[in-house]
Amino acid sequence: MTRPVILLLAALAIALPLSLLAGQVWIDPFGAPVPNATAILMELRLPRALLALTLGAGLGAAGAAMQGYLRNPLADPGLFGIAPAAALGAVLSFYTGYETQALTLPLFALTGAAGAMALLALIAGRSGGIALFTLAGMMIASLAGAMTSLAISLSPNPFALSEIVTWLMGALADRGWHEVRLAAPLTVLGLAALWRAAPALDALALGEAAARSLGVEPARLLGIMIVAIGLIVGSGVAVAGMIGFVGLMVPHFVRPFTDQRPSATLLPSALAGALLLLVADCLCRVLPLQGGELRLGIALSLAGAPFFLRLLLKLRRELA
Amino acid sequence: MMLEALGVSIPHRLHGVTAQLRAGGVTAIVGPNGAGKSTLLATLAGLIEPGTGTVTLASQPLAQMLAQERARRIGYLPQSGEVAWNLAVRTLVGLGRLPHRASPAEDAEAVAQAIATMQLEPLADRALSTLSGGERARALLARVLATQPHWILADEPLAALDLAHQQALIRALRGLAEEGRGVVLVIHDLALAMNHADHVVVLDSGRIAAQGKPRDALSQEVIARVWNLDARWLGEPGHMALAM
Repeated sequence: MTRPVILLLAALAIALPLSLLAGQVWIDPFGAPVPNATAILMELRLPRALLALTLGAGLGAAGAAMQGYLRNPLADPGLFGIAPAAALGAVLSFYTGYETQALTLPLFALTGAAGAMALLALIAGRSGGIALFTLAGMMIASLAGAMTSLAISLSPNPFALSEIVTWLMGALADRGWHEVRLAAPLTVLGLAALWRAAPALDALALGEAAARSLGVEPARLLGIMIVAIGLIVGSGVAVAGMIGFVGLMVPHFVRPFTDQRPSATLLPSALAGALLLLVADCLCRVLPLQGGELRLGIALSLAGAPFFLRLLLKLRRELA
Repeated sequence: MMLEALGVSIPHRLHGVTAQLRAGGVTAIVGPNGAGKSTLLATLAGLIEPGTGTVTLASQPLAQMLAQERARRIGYLPQSGEVAWNLAVRTLVGLGRLPHRASPAEDAEAVAQAIATMQLEPLADRALSTLSGGERARALLARVLATQPHWILADEPLAALDLAHQQALIRALRGLAEEGRGVVLVIHDLALAMNHADHVVVLDSGRIAAQGKPRDALSQEVIARVWNLDARWLGEPGHMALAM
């Protein structure tokens, strides 16, 4: 185990129990007993923390894999258009009014993600070409975005409209064991697929031709990437809405502490992503804000945009 | 062991190319710009599937070989020399071990050997961004050697190197050929091909214009026909120069 991995595991081991104590009701393990403490911990905070770990790990690793696959430090799992397509699926469940039944919303979202994955494979699959693939992802993202806007503008009633807009912002508030049971297995499957693709991602650092000469089969790698990112991002959007910037930011935090191979950044990115989401969700919970909690998706975008700008400025300096 | 192209055609690029390359020597593929040199090299490496014809390695068609198996036997160095991340030299060279499923000790041994062959020991832990052009070219070639392939196919590995580095690299490649490996190079500099290759394949507009020993394949008559140049060779064998 490398040093960053050990440090991140230690940080998680400290952050996880502390995060369970923080919230609108603070639980002091050494202080006066809090009414319903067990229920708060087991039914509200633990599933929420596990969901933050699951989604963070998935998004972190997916970001590292995408940057490796596209050989671009500005790449993000969102580039495949899977997240907007999953969001479209979820929005349609509000639109149809079926979202109140358990699991309907996540299933709609997963169907949206699967549709985007199938479309990607159909357009770019046979060639396995990365440029075509990225463009297909952008096309799907803008199509899904437009259709989401259409669904919003044709919203059947103001309640559905407000629910859609709030949901799109992404949050872990009020999520429970249902969501953990749905997202965790799919994310683990996606992470396992990424782990399998890791050596091929390393080879891609040398360019497509050299990677193929090292035995990488581009169409197969593309297939693995679509399925892995689809499972991770699709299940993430299905249970928590849109959460951006984690996949973009996290690999940059950990890369300087690795030998820079994409495979070497996968595990630290997963751990750092888990830590980031856990801490960010905790802060959202405890920040005093009128009208309820700060939405996690908004908080991460607020933190992420300046980070992205800093990255762009750094790249500009390097190019100059 | 032979690497053979048998009647290989690729629309608009290669037309009925047949060439038999022997291991244990250096083969140079030469020709004017756009003659199809890189296409032929990539086809010989199994990276481009010919429209018609076949490429065989020890009489086995490459198309029927598993990608990993082919990768262990044929090392390929593309012209671009791009590396996406700022890897250390040792990490870069280690990527050459990907086709193998060997123990970490075997991998480390092969990487150390490749680094030693390319005389990169003092630079092994340096990041690529800190290397000069010549050092970088050697590191990229060491990556191919770490695979320990029977065949080494390199697309213009000598371009962008100064004379001393060119000579050092070609000597290293000759050494590998003398160990029994097949070395195939796309080269622009005809004098390098004349002085250092055992076999030369001259391409012109996707067709073989001449092939054989350097003196025959790069004769004054062939140069006049393919490059439209009135040139002649001066000097001793092994130290010849082209005068125009």
